[in-house]
Amino acid sequence: MSKPNPKELFYTKEHEWVKINQDTAILGVTDHAQELLTDLVFVELPKIGQEIKQDKSFAIVESVKSVSDVYAPISGKIIEINQALNDEPGLINQDAFNKGWIAKIKISNKKELDKLMNSKKYTEYCKKEEH
Amino acid sequence: MIKQTPLAKVHRKLGARMVDFGGWDMPVFYTNVIEEHKITRKKAGLFDICHMGEIKITGPKSKELVQMVVTKNIEKMPIGKIYLAVMCNQKGGIIDDLTIYKIAENDYLFVTNAGTKNKDYAHILKTKKKLGLTNTQVKVKDISKQTAKLDIQGPKSKLILKQLTKVNLDSLKFYTFKQGKLLNTDAIISRSGYTGELGYELYFEAKSAKKIWNNFLKAGEKYGIQPIGLGARDTLRLECGMNLYGHEINEKINPLIARYRWVVDFDKNFVGKKALSKIKEKGLSKQLVGFEMIGAGIARHNYSIIKNNNKIGYVTSGTYSPTLGKPIGLGYVSKKFQKPGTEIEIEIRNNKTKAKIIKLPFYKRR
Repeated sequence: MSKPNPKELFYTKEHEWVKINQDTAILGVTDHAQELLTDLVFVELPKIGQEIKQDKSFAIVESVKSVSDVYAPISGKIIEINQALNDEPGLINQDAFNKGWIAKIKISNKKELDKLMNSKKYTEYCKKEEH
Repeated sequence: MIKQTPLAKVHRKLGARMVDFGGWDMPVFYTNVIEEHKITRKKAGLFDICHMGEIKITGPKSKELVQMVVTKNIEKMPIGKIYLAVMCNQKGGIIDDLTIYKIAENDYLFVTNAGTKNKDYAHILKTKKKLGLTNTQVKVKDISKQTAKLDIQGPKSKLILKQLTKVNLDSLKFYTFKQGKLLNTDAIISRSGYTGELGYELYFEAKSAKKIWNNFLKAGEKYGIQPIGLGARDTLRLECGMNLYGHEINEKINPLIARYRWVVDFDKNFVGKKALSKIKEKGLSKQLVGFEMIGAGIARHNYSIIKNNNKIGYVTSGTYSPTLGKPIGLGYVSKKFQKPGTEIEIEIRNNKTKAKIIKLPFYKRR
C-alpha cells in the first residue's frame, strides 16, 4: 500500500509531485511511483542552472530492470539538486515525499500549476489506474 | 493469446508482479529483484521455469540426428549426463543454446529457451528430413506443454530438496541427473541451473506443478526459501557471465565469439560447421566481454561501447549487480580491445561514461 499523498503537494499523471514555496518549488516522484519502479539503483540528476520544461524529462531513475524518465510538473530553473541520491537512490523508495526529493527550481510560470492534480484527485487517479 | 504456466494463478496469489515475457505471463518479482537475488545467493530460491521448452528425440537413429543438430560432440556422452550445446543455422548463427540430457541409449531430451522452442523444433525436423531419417528411425516430440520445470537454487537447495525426494543427492555431480520420485511424481532431478549457485532443475508432469511448488515453499520455510522472479534470474545469470538468448546470442551471432567456443567440436559434422570453419580461419572480428562501470550510470542493452571516440562495440546486457554493489555488463567489442583492464566508455544518453573490461565471471561461488 502506498503512503498517503500529502495535501500540500500537487501531482502529475506521470506520478511526480511538486511542493510550492512562493517562487521556488521542490520536485520529486510519488510514493505510488516508487512502488511501480521498485528498488532504485541509479538516479541521473539534472544540473544546477538547467532550464526545465513542464512535461519534459528532467531526471532519470533506474531500477535493476528499467530506465524511467521523470517529467517536470512545472517549468523552471534548477537551483538545487538532491546530491544524497547519488549515493543512495533508495531514499526515493524509503521516503519519496521528503528525503527522496529530486530537485529545487525557481518557478517560471505559476499558471502551469492549473494542469496539476491536488492530493484528493491524484489519489483517485491512482486508484483508477490500478483497475 | 498470452501463454500461462500451471502456476500463473499461484504467482498472483503470492503477490507477484507479472509481465509479458516473450508471450508468457511470468512473474518478474514477488518482493523485489535485489532481495530475491540475495536470497538465492545466501539461502534458496524457487523458480517457475515451466515456460521453457522440452523436446524428446528418440529412436535407433536419434544419435545421428542429435549429432547433426548440435555443435557439441555427443558421441561418447554417458547416460545421466547433461551437455550445454548450441544449435546453429547454415551460416553458423545461433538458433538456440540448450541443454541435452541423455536419458538412455537412443533417448535424448533437449531443454530449450521458451521463445526459441518452435523454431528449434522446426530446425530439428528439417535436419531429420535432410538426413533422410524416417519416423521409425527417429521420433521428435515436443513435450513442453505436459512438462513442468522448477528450479531450486542456492546453498540450502539440497537440504530442502532432500525433504521431497529419496534420490541420493550427495552422489549427484554437477551437470548430471537422476530419475526418481519427487513426492510421488516421476521426475528428472538435475544438478544444474542458471544462477551459479548449488542448485537443481526439476522436470515432471505439468499437473503436479502446483503441489510440488507449494511443498517446496513449505519444506524450505525454515531455510528461508522464497519464490524468485525472472528479474533476479536475469541478474543472477549475468553475474556469472552466462548468455541470454536475444541478448548475447541470436541468429546473427556465432558461438565462437559468444564464449561458446568450448561447445563447438570441429572434429565432427553438424549444421553450420562449414560456415564456422571459415569464420574461424578468417579470424574473429569481435568478442563477447564483461565490463564494470567506473563512472556513474548503468549500461543497458544496445548502448554503444566507445574507445577514442570510435564505436568499438555494443552492450548486450547491463544491470546493477546486487552481489557486487555496482553496475556491470556484457557486450561485444572489436577483438583488439577485448583484454581485461582495457578502459572503454559506454554511451549513456549521449554522455560517455567510463567503464573497464574485466575478466568473467563477475561472480564465482566460493
